Amino acid sequence: MRTRLQTWSLLMGATAVLALPMTSSAQLTPADFEPRMNMESHIGNITGHAKDAKADYRRYCVSCHGELGDGNGESFPWVDPKPRDFQLGIFKCRSTPTGTLPTDQDLFDTIARGLDRSNMPQWSTFTKQERADLVAWVKHFSPRWVNEKPGTPITIPPEPEVTAERIKAGRDVYARVQCWKCHGVLGAANGPSAATLQDDLGRPIAAFNFTEGSRPKCGDADRDIYRIFMTGLDGTPMPSFADNIKPDEAWDMVFYLRTLMRQNSKAKEMAKQLGLKPVDPNAPAGQQ
Amino acid sequence: MRNRFKYSAVLSALVLVCCGALILGQHVNAAGEGKITGTVKLDGAAPHMKGIDMSKDPYCSKAHENSPAHLETVVVGSNGGLQNVVLYISDWSGTAQASTAIPIFDQKNCMYTPHVLAMDVGQTFKVTTSDQTTHNIHPLPNPMTGNIPWNQSQPPGAAPVEKSWKAVEVIPVKCNIHPWMNGWYVVVKGPYATTDANGNYTIENVPPGNYTVTAWQETYGTQTAKVTAAAGKPATADFTFKAK
Repeated sequence: MRTRLQTWSLLMGATAVLALPMTSSAQLTPADFEPRMNMESHIGNITGHAKDAKADYRRYCVSCHGELGDGNGESFPWVDPKPRDFQLGIFKCRSTPTGTLPTDQDLFDTIARGLDRSNMPQWSTFTKQERADLVAWVKHFSPRWVNEKPGTPITIPPEPEVTAERIKAGRDVYARVQCWKCHGVLGAANGPSAATLQDDLGRPIAAFNFTEGSRPKCGDADRDIYRIFMTGLDGTPMPSFADNIKPDEAWDMVFYLRTLMRQNSKAKEMAKQLGLKPVDPNAPAGQQ
Repeated sequence: MRNRFKYSAVLSALVLVCCGALILGQHVNAAGEGKITGTVKLDGAAPHMKGIDMSKDPYCSKAHENSPAHLETVVVGSNGGLQNVVLYISDWSGTAQASTAIPIFDQKNCMYTPHVLAMDVGQTFKVTTSDQTTHNIHPLPNPMTGNIPWNQSQPPGAAPVEKSWKAVEVIPVKCNIHPWMNGWYVVVKGPYATTDANGNYTIENVPPGNYTVTAWQETYGTQTAKVTAAAGKPATADFTFKAK
């Protein structure tokens, strides 16, 4: 078949270019991670130790995340979205810029928060020490944690008071950077590009639907929402907007996003009183 | 998983070949730069390049009102020359080029210009947008190589994004908003060139010596040729890919 041949030759091409072979995770065994078993995590004044998380991981995590941390556990075929491949060191929920490692605190928060609309529950059953140990364990699967440092967390200015002007300004940002291309003009995840979205592994993925009442994957506090669109969700189509939305505008955007959400909020109430209309995708740039 | 096994089998074979080439290649790093030049052709009928339906973004479809967009996986000139083939010295053992040139990868009319961007390890490149529609620029390297994927938005009028890559790799680039947008970053070590519309290329700044030149084409894979570069006398290496 042509496609097969093409893939093959492409593969040959790609590999020939590689002076150093990519590590093929298929051949890795738990012994390969042994040298990084002294990995630590630092959450406030708690120090997590990878070796102390071994039992917890085997009991609670291994069925999805796999013995090798590659997300290929026994439950893999029945789980969607698929579990992370910890060997790649790529995470959605980060306070750090796109393309950088998250902080220990980011991973710690993700374990406790769980990931809404996935099979990852809230692991609030663990003690803080156990969670810190698990963060170190997660890190020991990828050499990236030895070779690189986590990115510098983005600066989030203090949250201003929500005003009608800010909500309107937020709507202009939503129009200008064209969030509606995927998330839709009403935030219902039905924009023109929504149907073809794929994650980095080529699997279909849905844009966040603001209208159905679910919680954003990486937290539903105002600061979490701010962080999500400014750092992007690595491994997914959601890009970072840090270069294109100023910090003050970002708060306007948070308030506007609140008006799209099903949950009641001060911003939603104000938008109702304003009679705020959704963005017009056909309006020329800067004219909403 | 099966794929990964196949992958590693091919890998080990290639690594052996590469190592062999490295040992055999004798470099004479003397002053006086030579160059390697040639033409890359396609033998056989050019495959049909499907048209692209951009109707989901009116800005994009309007930009192509008078010149329909087509896939660019095989771009053949009137003389049979193959465009977008990257040529590089696969047994390069010199240092990275101190090239100050900043290659530009533009998003224009909802296509990547150029479709294939070659660069040296560590060389800064710039991603720009000429479009009045939002793109997200999303390269997908394998993080195990040391190249880390990132994903940045570029709304209309956005400032260029400047980046570089740490390791040799062929990296696919895509825009999730416009799923037809696919391009390549071909990161190599040492001097390189990309073929023009007629399939011609010239690798400049090659110190005299014996080299293996590799030609990479996204659909047809790679070919290699041995050349000897000398100061003041360009070495020639022509390649022909067979149409499939």
